[in-house]
Amino acid sequence: MSSTSAPDTYTPKTRVGRIANFVDSRTGGSAMVKEFGRKIFPDHWSFMFGEVALYSFVILLLSGTFLTFFFDPSMAETHYDGSYVPLKGVEMSVAYASSLDISFDIRGGLFMRQVHHWAALLFVAAMSVHMLRVFFTGAFRRPRELNWVVGGVLLILGMAAGFTGYSLPDDLLSGNGLRIIDGVIKSIPLVGTYISFFLFGGEFPGTAIIGRLYVLHILLVPAIILLMIALHMFMLVVHKHTQYPGPGRTETNVVGYPVGPVYAAKAGGFFFIVFGVIAVIAGLFTINPIWNYGPYDPSPVSAGTQPDWYIGFVDGALRLMPGVIGEFPFEYVIFGRTLTLNVLLPALGPAGILFTLLFAWPWIERWVTRDDREHHLLDRPRNAPTRTAIGVAGFVWYAVMWAAAGSDLIATHFLVSLNDVTYWLRALFFLGPIVAYIVTKRICLSLQRKDREIALHGRETGRIVRLPHGEFIEVHEPLDDYHQYRLVNFESPEVLPAQPDANGRIGRTEKLRGRLSRLFFEDRVAPVTPAELEAAHAHGHPAVEEAAESRTSEVSRH
Amino acid sequence: MKALSQRRRHPLAAIALLLLGLLVTGGLYAVAGTVNEAKAQTTTYSAQDVEEGEKLFVANCATCHGIGAVGAPEGAHGNQAGPSLVGVGAAAVDFQVGTGRMPMQMNGPQAQVKPVQFNDEQTRQLSAYVASLGAGPAVPSEEVLDASQGDPAKGGELFRVNCAMCHNAAAAGGALTRGKFAPGLDGVSEKHIYEAMVTGPQNMPVFNDANVTPEGKRDIIAFLKSIETEGSPGGAELGSLGPVAEGLFIWTAGLGIIIGFTIWLTQRSS
Repeated sequence: MSSTSAPDTYTPKTRVGRIANFVDSRTGGSAMVKEFGRKIFPDHWSFMFGEVALYSFVILLLSGTFLTFFFDPSMAETHYDGSYVPLKGVEMSVAYASSLDISFDIRGGLFMRQVHHWAALLFVAAMSVHMLRVFFTGAFRRPRELNWVVGGVLLILGMAAGFTGYSLPDDLLSGNGLRIIDGVIKSIPLVGTYISFFLFGGEFPGTAIIGRLYVLHILLVPAIILLMIALHMFMLVVHKHTQYPGPGRTETNVVGYPVGPVYAAKAGGFFFIVFGVIAVIAGLFTINPIWNYGPYDPSPVSAGTQPDWYIGFVDGALRLMPGVIGEFPFEYVIFGRTLTLNVLLPALGPAGILFTLLFAWPWIERWVTRDDREHHLLDRPRNAPTRTAIGVAGFVWYAVMWAAAGSDLIATHFLVSLNDVTYWLRALFFLGPIVAYIVTKRICLSLQRKDREIALHGRETGRIVRLPHGEFIEVHEPLDDYHQYRLVNFESPEVLPAQPDANGRIGRTEKLRGRLSRLFFEDRVAPVTPAELEAAHAHGHPAVEEAAESRTSEVSRH
Repeated sequence: MKALSQRRRHPLAAIALLLLGLLVTGGLYAVAGTVNEAKAQTTTYSAQDVEEGEKLFVANCATCHGIGAVGAPEGAHGNQAGPSLVGVGAAAVDFQVGTGRMPMQMNGPQAQVKPVQFNDEQTRQLSAYVASLGAGPAVPSEEVLDASQGDPAKGGELFRVNCAMCHNAAAAGGALTRGKFAPGLDGVSEKHIYEAMVTGPQNMPVFNDANVTPEGKRDIIAFLKSIETEGSPGGAELGSLGPVAEGLFIWTAGLGIIIGFTIWLTQRSS
């Protein structure tokens, strides 16, 4: 740091100035502030979900700290003696009793519990929406692939933090959830039972699990989350922010507000807005009313037992899996050991596929497009139709499993048969993503064609004019340059057929890549070229129609 | 008539009308109240009750349950329009008719609750008739229905072990197979809760006195009534449906409000 080595010739005049100078000359803070304070954030509402997640996490830390003051993660047995009458004298674990005490006998405790739980739901929801935004705008492309992976790890950690916390109160609902996890672990071939006994310190439920989950929940998982957030933010600063395309925005600049002073004030204010929204929700709407569920006891299982929303898709997959199909069983006994595929497959299969694809996607796309350039300008989702279609297909797949987690509530609230709900969702599990892919891709291509039309013709005004020779035409109003820029200036990769390698041979993977490239880009809608635009403007109406109709010739032109 | 029309604008007319209304309502209420009481106190039915009940039965129930309540003949697939009611007891009739489930609105996986079709007296007569056909659970006495004498904590334990798997731990109800369901228990009367336990209506199993003692049943009623009157200490309960409702809420209302704020914050004044 130059400030620490340079002779200190500057003498501040005020007391505050002297303190500031003292600190700065020893830490080099001004350089950091200068660097970070000039970091530019482009303004767009969809860029703020990461912030929402971050603020929710801060709220989680604050409210969670409060809860640790009063929560006792002990599974020792006790008889409840607090103020909630319907549970008076009931035998329960100390963990559940202390959760009830937090809810009923500690001032502000119930509010803080609800703040903590609502913030947790919002935390994972905001992360998910943030991730969807990053995916659909192509913000994961070079140089941000690793930050995408860190984000994915954060999502999994968020789910882990949520699940370990969900289990802590040791009420009937969370115990049922733990029992499902125990069943999933035990379905792992050979080692499952051993892992389960190791985790629970013996037979389920044992007397150790709450204490262990507590340590994971308040120490290990949040620590790793903090580390990952630090990494995420570091890379964010290094990479600079992405931006939507627009006039004056290029791959080498960022257009927006610097952190200091406006953006810092906005972001600080936004923290309090998020805090306020969570506080209002926590104050008005109950969440996880543990007193309704009663203490955990392995024998009762409540109807309508579901995990929190972010684990829901795994629960849904379990609900969708048939035990047998006709005569075909999913449970085998091999060498005296049971292999229960009807638990193992749905519990680990979809989640495994989903997260593998999620983590690998930047590399898959890079491989298919052979595009290794840096991208700081985002794609509008319609301008990357195949990526958007694949993303929507994945989302629909997730949503089908998600809905299946509430299949019983769908049945009771829409007065349909639970069996029919399950059959439909099973069909959608396979068909939904395919339909979603096709429909989304067609919609994207149509939107691109519409953009093309508008760029060439201008906007339809609805004014019909009769020409002197009797012809009727509709008057089109040309776009202004700003709007036109958005419609014509985007990247549109073309099909890149399989390329021969150095020996002049086309390998098998390269052939596959070529096929995928065709799938991705063969029906692309090319952006309007300057020549087309000029032709459209010079010749007026009829010429444009011709140009627009012969789309194939346009594609070959560039 | 003329005197009335002249005085209807008198300053005291409104007050007189109000008094009259209150008197009529109160009077009717008192009569209805004593009718209820009288019915609850009666444990034996008169021969006239049985006779009247039979008339009602033949007119309203026999189409499905058969004359003499012996049940309709079985169809080709072993299904039956209405089962035999011999030996189901007065409690079964009081529950099914008293909650409006019978006469059944339509064929379906199970009888739906709808507005009650018979008044208390008619329900009592129907119960008397069916009870006369064979021994069965009787309408419970006031004593076992008194929630204030029950222990809600013990009832909660019994409820979680015996009832929660279908009715949900918070008694919010739940789905069963093929369109059948366990209804939510909020607002169900003490008598009907007890009768459901001893008769096992629709798809519910019977919890006889050897299974859950009358005191145990009273504890369960006390538990259900205590969570009903307790309200929700944490605020609006979103239907007591658990994490699905909570997740839906944060994704719609929670994120919706947040998105509103993000749009507001990133708006430009241009």
